Amino acid sequence: MNFLFRYANPHEFMRLSGAVLPFTAVATMLCLAVGLYLGFSVPPDYQQGTTIALLFIHVPADVVAELAYGAIAVCSLLSLVWRHPLADTAARAAAPFGALFTALGLVTGSLWGKPMWGTYWVWDARLTSFLLLLFLYLGYMALWNAIEDETRAARAAAILALVGVVNIPIIKFSVDWWSTLHQGESIVSGKVAPVYLWPLLIMMLGYVLLFLTLWMVRIRTAILERRARNLMQAN
Amino acid sequence: MSPFVTLLLRDIRLAARSGGSAALALSFFALVATLVPLGVGADLHLLARVAGGILWVAAVLAALLSLDRLFQGDFEDGSLDVIALSPLPLELTALAKITAHWLSTGLPLTLLSPLLALLFNLPPQPTLILFVSLLIGTPAVSAVGAIGASLTLSLKRGGLILPLIILPLLAPAVIFGAGAVSLALDRLGAASALGLLAAFAFAAVLLSPFAAAASVRLNLGG
Amino acid sequence: MISSLTAEKLACVRGDKKLFDGLNFRVTAGQALAVEGANGAGKTSLLRLIAGFLAPAAGRLIVKDAQGESDDAEERGKSVGWLGHQDGLKPQLTVLEQLNFFAHLYGKTADGALLDQIGLARQADLPCRYLSAGQRRRLALARLLASARPLWLLDEPFAALDTSGQALVGQLMARHCGAGGIIIAATHEPLGLGNESLKL
Repeated sequence: MNFLFRYANPHEFMRLSGAVLPFTAVATMLCLAVGLYLGFSVPPDYQQGTTIALLFIHVPADVVAELAYGAIAVCSLLSLVWRHPLADTAARAAAPFGALFTALGLVTGSLWGKPMWGTYWVWDARLTSFLLLLFLYLGYMALWNAIEDETRAARAAAILALVGVVNIPIIKFSVDWWSTLHQGESIVSGKVAPVYLWPLLIMMLGYVLLFLTLWMVRIRTAILERRARNLMQAN
Repeated sequence: MSPFVTLLLRDIRLAARSGGSAALALSFFALVATLVPLGVGADLHLLARVAGGILWVAAVLAALLSLDRLFQGDFEDGSLDVIALSPLPLELTALAKITAHWLSTGLPLTLLSPLLALLFNLPPQPTLILFVSLLIGTPAVSAVGAIGASLTLSLKRGGLILPLIILPLLAPAVIFGAGAVSLALDRLGAASALGLLAAFAFAAVLLSPFAAAASVRLNLGG
Repeated sequence: MISSLTAEKLACVRGDKKLFDGLNFRVTAGQALAVEGANGAGKTSLLRLIAGFLAPAAGRLIVKDAQGESDDAEERGKSVGWLGHQDGLKPQLTVLEQLNFFAHLYGKTADGALLDQIGLARQADLPCRYLSAGQRRRLALARLLASARPLWLLDEPFAALDTSGQALVGQLMARHCGAGGIIIAATHEPLGLGNESLKL
């Protein structure tokens, strides 16, 4: 916990993130490049053909979509309970990316499913859960924007994020239950053949690094914006 | 009279006197139930299949109508300050308001539902299940709704954000409630679905007052 | 019964503005404190801080009573009788219903005689929407009396009242202090209680 508070000072955060950012940016590009190359050069799946390549773009997006919400929940907890000063900024900064990755997951999931399903959307349990997750993100961002007082907005959003994170497992469970009720077993199997594993893991790492990089940049921007505002107000 | 009951009765009395929020919710409920067949056609077999889902969604939306005023009225005229300083803990204040909202909105909707189920050609057994599912599930709608209401109580047009915040959180209630009706329609046991719904409602009613109280505190300090 | 309320180096920040800093004062049982200052200087914020709605940016508020000393905000709130500049009255409830509601909410028995005291006995069954501004204020005072709390926090207690109303407020305040209560009031006019003044 103390480690987290060492970087609570915006100054410290700027310093640390400034040092780390070039590395994460390069690592991101490397992982994505390697992952995409490997992903597009794997043998076609016997069942899905060449569209298996979408697996490498879709699954990591889903992973980051959930990771981002988890990050927001942790930041919200830090903000409400321990009053960590940067936590609010960090939580707010993560939301748009979480929403984007969720949307990316939905679009790629839909494209991936089309050859198998014959249509773009079949209310598959996984994708439906992610659709609901997208709404959770939108509600979170809307609340931040609607409340004018920033401190109050931050704490309200934090409460909402924590309520949301508790609900997510319940939502997933209920959607799975609903899916078996109306459609029988889930259509997309969870097994991944070993030859696809490495590209998948590398892409996942690439996506996570991409998220972290973008997140840090956005937090830095927010800190700089606040500094600029303070300077302008002082005159 | 205990402080909890005092607040509960006052809120019910206010709901009854301010242009009947129950009447509004019931009318909305009935209107939606009327519009859907106009939209999808009067195929009785189809209507029976979608009755559970349509009526559940309509009930949730109808209950939403009066939610944004749950705390906002008291906040705007200064009553909330006085109520917050009373011996009644804020969590119990929230619970009293949730209960009052359910009694003046959720319960009337539940009581009207068998009549609307008739419009959808729903057989008696599934209609009973629909009634029971709404009876168990509408408290959850009031409870989760209270969280949204307390988070948005300072917003002038918070009424637009409220549904966006709480509808995803209510997905499990709609799923289990309407699912129970579906199972009953297929002559399968609805007990598991009702059980899951009851668990969800129980957790919602138990935990929401804490989140709502935290949000109210947050707004009182604003 | 509170024996004293002490503020130590109290600071308040609202939004990005620092309203006051390093504020010190002490009020003991039977005393009143008038808080003066221009609009926006932080009078209402100070009252809300004492009530426990706001947390101070710095400093402490210490309440001393028979059980000892405490700076807990929630506990302090349970000793507060609040009269904000809003009345907290519902237009649909009658005068009597409104008073009974607050009395029972605060765990006290409803006392019809209170309406006589504040001069609203004839309006007992009138819905609050038909009350004049002065009558609403009187009802809010009755609510304050009914709650029987030791620490009164009043925001502009004389506002919206005619001379007889203002005299009534003065009487009630004097009686409250005489019985050992504490009053802290934000006001533009003198309280007339031989009280201390705090300028923000």
